[in-house]
Amino acid sequence: MDDARSDLLTVIAGIGGVLVFASVVGWALARRYSPQGESSAIENLNDRIRAWWVMTLALALAFLGGHVGVIALFALCSFAALREFMTLTNATRADHNTLAAAFFIVLPVQFWLVWIKWYGLYSIFIPVYVFLLLPIISALAGETRNYLIRIAEMQWALMICVFCVSHVPALLNLNIPAGRGVLLIAFLVIVVQLSDVLQYVWGKLIGRHKIAPKLSPSKTVEGFIGGSLSATLIGTALWWMTPFTPLQAAGMSLLITMMGFAGGLVMSAIKRDRGVKDWGHSIAGHGGFIDRLDSVLFAAPIFFHVTRYFWKLG
Amino acid sequence: MAIQGMRSGLAQFSGRAITFFARAVTAVRPVWQGLDPGQVRQRIYFANHASHGDFILIWAVLPPRQQQATRPVAGADYWQKGRLRSFIGQDVFNALLIQRNNGQTTTGPVDLMAEALDAGASLIVFPEGTRNQTDEALLPLKSGLYHLARQRPQVDLVPVWIENLNRVLPKGALIPVPLMCKVIFGAALHVAPDEAKDDFLNRARAALLSLKPQPEAT
Repeated sequence: MDDARSDLLTVIAGIGGVLVFASVVGWALARRYSPQGESSAIENLNDRIRAWWVMTLALALAFLGGHVGVIALFALCSFAALREFMTLTNATRADHNTLAAAFFIVLPVQFWLVWIKWYGLYSIFIPVYVFLLLPIISALAGETRNYLIRIAEMQWALMICVFCVSHVPALLNLNIPAGRGVLLIAFLVIVVQLSDVLQYVWGKLIGRHKIAPKLSPSKTVEGFIGGSLSATLIGTALWWMTPFTPLQAAGMSLLITMMGFAGGLVMSAIKRDRGVKDWGHSIAGHGGFIDRLDSVLFAAPIFFHVTRYFWKLG
Repeated sequence: MAIQGMRSGLAQFSGRAITFFARAVTAVRPVWQGLDPGQVRQRIYFANHASHGDFILIWAVLPPRQQQATRPVAGADYWQKGRLRSFIGQDVFNALLIQRNNGQTTTGPVDLMAEALDAGASLIVFPEGTRNQTDEALLPLKSGLYHLARQRPQVDLVPVWIENLNRVLPKGALIPVPLMCKVIFGAALHVAPDEAKDDFLNRARAALLSLKPQPEAT
């Protein structure tokens, strides 16, 4: 077994250990405070932990499946996220062909480009080509009401749910030692998701000052600082799974947690605008796919480009 | 006999495949507002109609035991055209097919539906009479619903709002677009003994419209 493989198994075992611990705590809390399921907070916590098991299992299988597994998993996430996003847009009957093209042409092509490692095209396909070509389809339908709003929303949906999501598997294309691409994805996902969880935990423990009460009442200054610092510390401690030195890993972790926080805030603003609490209902306790992915979405492209630039890779 | 068995096996498989596909495209989710899904009762589900997939979504979210006993009422002109459609309509979903003339239902169909109810089936009906292509949320309801309710007053009339399917598969479109759908079941109603036709139809229409999700004011 090579280095990268054994590191990957170590990481998976480590996450498994954290989840076992979380499950035991959740079980003990439920036994003590919510034996009949009367505390919705504890029930929600346990729903979330169960969903984490499923998500971890899906990720672990994808990682062990290598390139194909990771691209397939994130293409499916992208599909689910795009479906949630498009549902909340103003797209009408006149945009039917545009939507069909977004789901059945743009999305598969983007992930295929990542698959064949055509960096020059997958980094501009949606921002340039789709941006210019897609509105033509809607224009041909002849419906001008809300036209600008409709095409802007659809482009936004594609940027967030397809372009940004595709930058997670694109990390596999970076020119780092063989087998380490998967670990880079694991690093990103672990730091970003831990940061979300730890911000929530710190916020619950010592949170006093709300950052953006209108957007996201649960986000507090204390939670934000405590969560991002502790996630950065954990990210630094995980430097061995990345091509970074400990100091570089610390900088990268800080960058990831900042972008992740921004992602959560921006996607919340969209939900509030549209008057919904969650993007969907597919993941028990969490909401929709975008609710779980919002921070990853924002962190992935920046993490990808900074890594590519500073380590002169790919 | 063997051919019959194969046909019904194929029908059952097709039913599963169609509902799986419907779920994959729409992630459809039932919302029970004033109706207990576990309670097994004979019902007439009446829903808004925007697409040929409407009854499939309702069927897909019903508890399995109720699926078997629930028959969609559909237009014979569409569901008898071609072997595939008539297989899906009659073998897979056991649809009660109604002859339509100019979208107006005659008195015959109500008797057919009453017969099916007497045989123990629940029904899915679309009282707008035709698929709604307008910007109106809901067309006026046809009187057939009233006559059926009069003939079998003991059966629960359940309003069902199908949200978003008109965007997934608008009339005339061939490819469904993946958007999330909800099927919202409201509290059952019954026709009052002295209720006039128009009063009842207005009440039923209002019950259906009240299920339509409004963007939450924040």
